[in-house]
Amino acid sequence: MLALVTGFLQATSGVESALSDNATVILLSIYVLLLAVFLGFELIGKVPATLHTPLMSGTNAIHGIVVLGAMLILGSIHGNSTGDTILKVIAFIAVVLGSANVFGGFVVTDRMLEMFKRKPAAGKAGGK
Amino acid sequence: MESFFESRVVWINLAYLVSAVCFIIGLKLLGSPATARKGNQIAAAGMAVAVIATLFMPGMANIVLILVGLAIGAVLASIPSRRVKMTAMPQMVAIFNGMGGATAALISLVEFEHKVGIARGEIISIVLGLIIGSISFSGSMVAFGKLQELISGRPIYYPSQRQINVVIGIAVLVLALVIILLGQTALTLPLLVILFLGALVLGVLTVLPIGGADMPVVIAVLNSMTGVAAALTGFVLNNQALIIAGILVGASGAFLTLLMARAMNRSVSNVLFGAWGAHAAGGGAGGAADAAEALPMREVTAEDAAVPLAYAEKVVIVPGYGLAVAQAQHAVRELAESLQDRGVDVRYAIHPVAGRMPGHMNVLLAEANVPYDELYEMEQINDDFANTDVAIVVGANDVTNPAARDDPNSPIYGMPILNVDQAKQIYVLKRGRGAGFAGIENMLFHNPKTAMLFGDAKDSLSKLTTAVREA
Repeated sequence: MLALVTGFLQATSGVESALSDNATVILLSIYVLLLAVFLGFELIGKVPATLHTPLMSGTNAIHGIVVLGAMLILGSIHGNSTGDTILKVIAFIAVVLGSANVFGGFVVTDRMLEMFKRKPAAGKAGGK
Repeated sequence: MESFFESRVVWINLAYLVSAVCFIIGLKLLGSPATARKGNQIAAAGMAVAVIATLFMPGMANIVLILVGLAIGAVLASIPSRRVKMTAMPQMVAIFNGMGGATAALISLVEFEHKVGIARGEIISIVLGLIIGSISFSGSMVAFGKLQELISGRPIYYPSQRQINVVIGIAVLVLALVIILLGQTALTLPLLVILFLGALVLGVLTVLPIGGADMPVVIAVLNSMTGVAAALTGFVLNNQALIIAGILVGASGAFLTLLMARAMNRSVSNVLFGAWGAHAAGGGAGGAADAAEALPMREVTAEDAAVPLAYAEKVVIVPGYGLAVAQAQHAVRELAESLQDRGVDVRYAIHPVAGRMPGHMNVLLAEANVPYDELYEMEQINDDFANTDVAIVVGANDVTNPAARDDPNSPIYGMPILNVDQAKQIYVLKRGRGAGFAGIENMLFHNPKTAMLFGDAKDSLSKLTTAVREA
């Protein structure tokens, strides 16, 4: 995949030398970003107003993915100096908050959606 | 290539790909009432995959600390989310959104201090992530305060508001630019902390002047911003899962914001910044409210109201936030059933921003087992009010205010409303005589066709139901 993209870029730009790994990664990230933007718009396009609140709540839970960042940061602090300890504390708080975002978000969304039920089989007179 | 599948990092990234696919499928399924719950569960499963995979990242230190942090967050969030009433859901979304924003901001702070030899591109991502995350955090907390009514739902003004906000906004941008140009130096951390605080203040000041009725749009904007902040941290950490999920939320959140603003016939910038210049208009509305105190309101008892209801052909129920506050969603269904038993055609008219978030009413009525084919959206039902015998407004206010249609001086002028005033007869169930959440007097209540039934909505509805069954 990487080679493919690099090759594509070389072919289109006519540049002979291969891109550095770092440049390839950044370019790929920008590809991913742009495609995700279109996907995000496309996925929301046809949603009925009824579901706007659960949808907002659901996307709210998904951006809890930021907890990964907090985990990776906390996991990357190896030292034990005062400075590192302060960073650890901040990163730890970030993990807690991110985790709350994930769990709270999904639980709240699930509770909202639990409420959506089809009309009971025993229809009421006058109901359409 | 032989070593491709032998590298642990490759497997972890493949797991991230799985979770990204889960998010996409989950979002897709969230778009239809029948599959929405499954969609949320699939997205949650994707999240679990991503979190577990991250634990196996090579060279991870402090694993125990990470697990403890995850557990604390899970417990802290799960308990209130399971217990909170359906009416309080919007503020829960606001608070969790704020936590996500804070996480992104804190990651940026630590990353800048911790990482050695940061490239300029990364500095831009870090600084932007810090600003956006902080605004999202403090803005969400204000939105939470307003929805929880810890802070007045009315727009809050102070002298030279617009100028002060613009100055702080510019100061934040200039500081950001300075940090980016300076790069990583000894001065950076204090500057970043100042930037952090400045962005927090900016978030508070931006949301404070926005009226409570506009909070849904504000939360949608902040939700989208947190997504973008998450994606920015993904760029710094070189993590595709963060980039994909963050941008998915950023884009879908932005689109959702547009849909909501369109439902209120306003531009997003008008919602966010309109209030800054609306001080004079707000004062004018206050004056109008004083004048309206003197206008007559006709009161009616449940027994008297029940007769025209029982013999009506078509009844439309207009639920609003008051219904939610009074936990009256079951009572309203019982009234509807008592009418349906007599052959009355009963429908519910749902304004897109009824309650405190779009779709909030649908959630509440669904909780009370109201079938969703009895719920009609504004465009579907608005022309039908003229043929409606009785409209019952339960705790809805601003979304029925004809001033939005008729009075160019009204702060809500231009917002599409339910044409309740065109019904042949109108009953308004209302707790007291005060103005609505947005603090605007409603001329519908003074309409000669309108009769007011004051009291707790649940109580009034059960009295109506009893009276209808006896009529």
